[in-house]
Amino acid sequence: MIRDPNFQYPFLIGTIFLFAYLTIRVILWYIKLSKYDKLRFIHFWKTKSVWAAIRDSVADGLLHLSIFKKNPLLGYMHMSLAFGWFLLIVMGHLEVIADRHSLNFPFYYAVFYRYYQPHPDFAGAKVFGAVMDFLLLIILSGVALAIIKRIRKQIFGMKRTTRLKTFDKIALSSLWLIFPLRLLAESLSAAYYHNGSFMSNTLGEWFIQNVRVSAIYDLSWWLYSCSLGFFFIALPFSRYMHIPTEIVFIFLRHAGIMPKKYWNSYAQIQMYSCSRCGICLDACQLYEAGVSNVQSVYFLQFIRNNENVDKSLFGCIICGRCQEACPVHINLNDLRTALRIKASKPLTFSYEYTQKALQQKAGIIYFAGCMTHLTPQIKFSMRRIFDFLGEDVWFMDEDKSICCGAPLMLAGQYDSASQLIQKNTELIMASGAKTLILSCPICYKAFREDYVLPGISIKFHAVYLNEMIRQGRLPKINLGFKTIYHDPCALGRGSKIYDQPRYVIDSYSQRIRLKKEKAEALCCGAGLGAINLPIEAKNKVTFEAMSYFARFKPNALITACPLCKKTFARDRRIPVLDIAELTARAIDEYVNEQKKTVRETRLIES
Amino acid sequence: MKKIVIIGGGIAGLEVSRLLLQEGFPVTLIEKSSHLGGNIRNYAYLFPDFTPSEEILKNYTSLPGNADLQLLLNTEIEKIDFSSRPYTLFSNDGIAISADPIIIATGYQIFDARLKEEFGYGIYDGVITSVEMEKMIREQHIVTPYGKAPRRIAFIHCVGSRDAKVGNTYCSRLCCITAIKQAIETKKLLPQAEIFCFYIDLRMYGLTFEELYLNAQKEYNIQFVRGRLSETSEMIDKRLIIKAEDTLIGRPLKMMTDMLVLMVGMEASNFSKQFAYHNGLEIGEHGFFKPLNQFNARGKSQKEGIYFAGTSIGPMSVAETIEHAQATALSTISYLKGKEN
Amino acid sequence: MATFDFLEIRHLHIDYDNLDQELLNEVIREEPSFQWCISCGCCTATCSAGNHTTFNIRRISLILRRGEVEGLEEELKKCMLCGKCTLVCPRDIQLRNVVMNIKKIILKKKTA
Repeated sequence: MIRDPNFQYPFLIGTIFLFAYLTIRVILWYIKLSKYDKLRFIHFWKTKSVWAAIRDSVADGLLHLSIFKKNPLLGYMHMSLAFGWFLLIVMGHLEVIADRHSLNFPFYYAVFYRYYQPHPDFAGAKVFGAVMDFLLLIILSGVALAIIKRIRKQIFGMKRTTRLKTFDKIALSSLWLIFPLRLLAESLSAAYYHNGSFMSNTLGEWFIQNVRVSAIYDLSWWLYSCSLGFFFIALPFSRYMHIPTEIVFIFLRHAGIMPKKYWNSYAQIQMYSCSRCGICLDACQLYEAGVSNVQSVYFLQFIRNNENVDKSLFGCIICGRCQEACPVHINLNDLRTALRIKASKPLTFSYEYTQKALQQKAGIIYFAGCMTHLTPQIKFSMRRIFDFLGEDVWFMDEDKSICCGAPLMLAGQYDSASQLIQKNTELIMASGAKTLILSCPICYKAFREDYVLPGISIKFHAVYLNEMIRQGRLPKINLGFKTIYHDPCALGRGSKIYDQPRYVIDSYSQRIRLKKEKAEALCCGAGLGAINLPIEAKNKVTFEAMSYFARFKPNALITACPLCKKTFARDRRIPVLDIAELTARAIDEYVNEQKKTVRETRLIES
Repeated sequence: MKKIVIIGGGIAGLEVSRLLLQEGFPVTLIEKSSHLGGNIRNYAYLFPDFTPSEEILKNYTSLPGNADLQLLLNTEIEKIDFSSRPYTLFSNDGIAISADPIIIATGYQIFDARLKEEFGYGIYDGVITSVEMEKMIREQHIVTPYGKAPRRIAFIHCVGSRDAKVGNTYCSRLCCITAIKQAIETKKLLPQAEIFCFYIDLRMYGLTFEELYLNAQKEYNIQFVRGRLSETSEMIDKRLIIKAEDTLIGRPLKMMTDMLVLMVGMEASNFSKQFAYHNGLEIGEHGFFKPLNQFNARGKSQKEGIYFAGTSIGPMSVAETIEHAQATALSTISYLKGKEN
Repeated sequence: MATFDFLEIRHLHIDYDNLDQELLNEVIREEPSFQWCISCGCCTATCSAGNHTTFNIRRISLILRRGEVEGLEEELKKCMLCGKCTLVCPRDIQLRNVVMNIKKIILKKKTA
């Protein structure tokens, strides 16, 4: 008995609007992809990657397994809403098909099924009814958890949640209202017709005894429809745009499309994929330092709302912890870099004045890097190591050093950096060297990603040392102290080198394992990515990191970056050594022991 | 039985002991090393008039023989228990001493110049600290580590002081005048050598310090360059190359030198580290103890019966240390006599 | 003999009462640590660009403070942004940000 056939209109309007908006939006995104990216995408459909994309869409988009693994309660909350609602829609449609035995029905029929079908008496109707009620219950539990999270986030193990803008709060409220309103409407139907199940029927009983159902029956369905309609209209302008966008992002990612150094269509898709879940906030060490407008979620929010992003854009250290934590796997560092490039394009630098260092010929080049000049123990240790190995090495930047260009690139100045890159490349190629060794991971990343050095093997010194130990050219010896290894951001998250430095350290000392290590390692706070971060914030990050290390009571903190070394050393609580220094000490110890053995042998013989 | 304890056998602790013993009070003097005298023993001649440090130490030679003095050498105090009076001190050997009053005269330690890596200490042999230079001055024999007489020596001021990058933002006060003193002494020993002082500011705060500065230029031809050292490197022949900016001209300056003397600042001694989280006594950002106030209670702590003497509260010259110790002794004596102090 | 001053000396003395402090004030607003400089010269001594050319960051900062703005833009093109100056500064001044901000503000004024 259909008494009011009009209440579905808000829902219809919302759905049609959303559908149209998304279609146009996705088409525009596709058109704006580069020629090669379009080709990649077309080719992708013929490959097995399609299945991987579908699998990821289900695993991340619906089930939120990435979140679930790290935080089960939070994962359940997201999963119950996303997967629950998905199943509700699917099951709802299956229910109608089972009832009508055909696909011929308006799509809103399934949404308001309990209104349109007062007497479901097809085979399996009771089962479907129970399943639908159960799914609604799951979703409602998720909504309840979401409300609790807003009030008491500590229960979820989160120290911070996203500060939402007003519009987001409105969209959020409408989303949360959808399901209670559905429950209300279905319960009122159940009050009249008992066409619900364990939940709706029970509530229906209560309603019929305590409330004048006839007065609010139609209203309840209108409200339900309106909340749906409103949510759909609000969706493209709110954080919930991530629902459709994330699927597009997953597919494009599996198609092999990579983020570029400029803000393009793919970057925009990634921006919309951010659900503002706030997980990046807890990963960011700047929060404890009192900085709360720089984190990825806010930075993306500022861009989307066309606000001034300068402070937010340049105040981030680009340590990568948020990128590691992001459950949608957005390339946050690349997005930031792309915008920095755009923002600092008008600024120019000119390096014609750089006089090249005296050209030399060599088999191996050692490029110390700007920072290493201020931690000469590293240079000195490398010299000691090369002497011991009997290698003839050219210290390329001993005098008249030309910066590798990484600090410029971190500030967005890729064009300017290319001048320095060119000068350094000329020097390196003209030397005839086959190997280039770096002791600064920031330089290493630049050389690996932004330099073109055909025929030259670019090695980070810890990797080189690791090789030398494995080849037996460097001794293994226990120096007798307890150490902690700090993964530098540029080496760890930035270059994915975690194990080789550990092997070297383990060859010389007793390494204590940390919980926050490898991809989860802390940042020292001094990263060159932070252009306008106040010194007080940087110092706080350093202090907190050292406080974490100090808990383990090591004899020394080993790091593989001169910037980390200089920054941690100022804290004074733990002596700081570079991996090269540790190795050089081991060599000295070994040589001493050899001398002792020789002396002892001579004594015995004489 | 509670004792009057002085922690630290340097000149501050010795001066307080001397005055307390003079008044007839028995004193327990605790010293972590095997000898008395503390840091003054590192200095051959004292500014501003080159008095030998032995002259100061002479005043205390009779102390160890005093029957009322209980001397505990090789004893380090690890912890003070403030929970009840009299206080209890715990030594690293596990000995507990009941004490009231306690005079903390734990002095200072020298900044570890290896932390200022870019200056090359511990890397290049020609780089030494002012403490090591003083030793050579005492022996009246200044040589580079390779046994040659240096033809050029550069003194670098403000090493480990006024430097946020090593965590010591305070000025260590005495290094400027010490640098000039050592520059003059070096020139006297090596009349043919060129001596340079690289400074940011010259803190000639004492009455006769400015005169010594003028003398350094007048009589000894010491060259002063206003610029902070940034890097040191080494040549094949082991001579050092230093880079600073001659800020008064406004151009970077590069110089070869045979020796580099780092004027290392004073830091709080290890003893104060246990109070880093203010467990009973207050430590300033600089690491030294904070006295009750900066004006008329510089020997008193926040706790009744606990006093400070000497450089445990901050960098001081020998004269200032003894003065401060004398003031603290007065406060302690009043306290012991039950009078208002 | 090359001049080491990139600025034309336009006045015999610095007329402190008629300085153009607009650029300076904006830089200080963006990077307050700029105020802490004691002109020790450590930044210039360690500067990567200073090793190749007459670029002198301490001098530039000081001259900006005395209201001289001419020639700054050209001179600041030489900075490699390597950060060594910021790493040696005893007063913890964020020199890299000072350089970026001077450039940005000059550009803003030009395009305004």
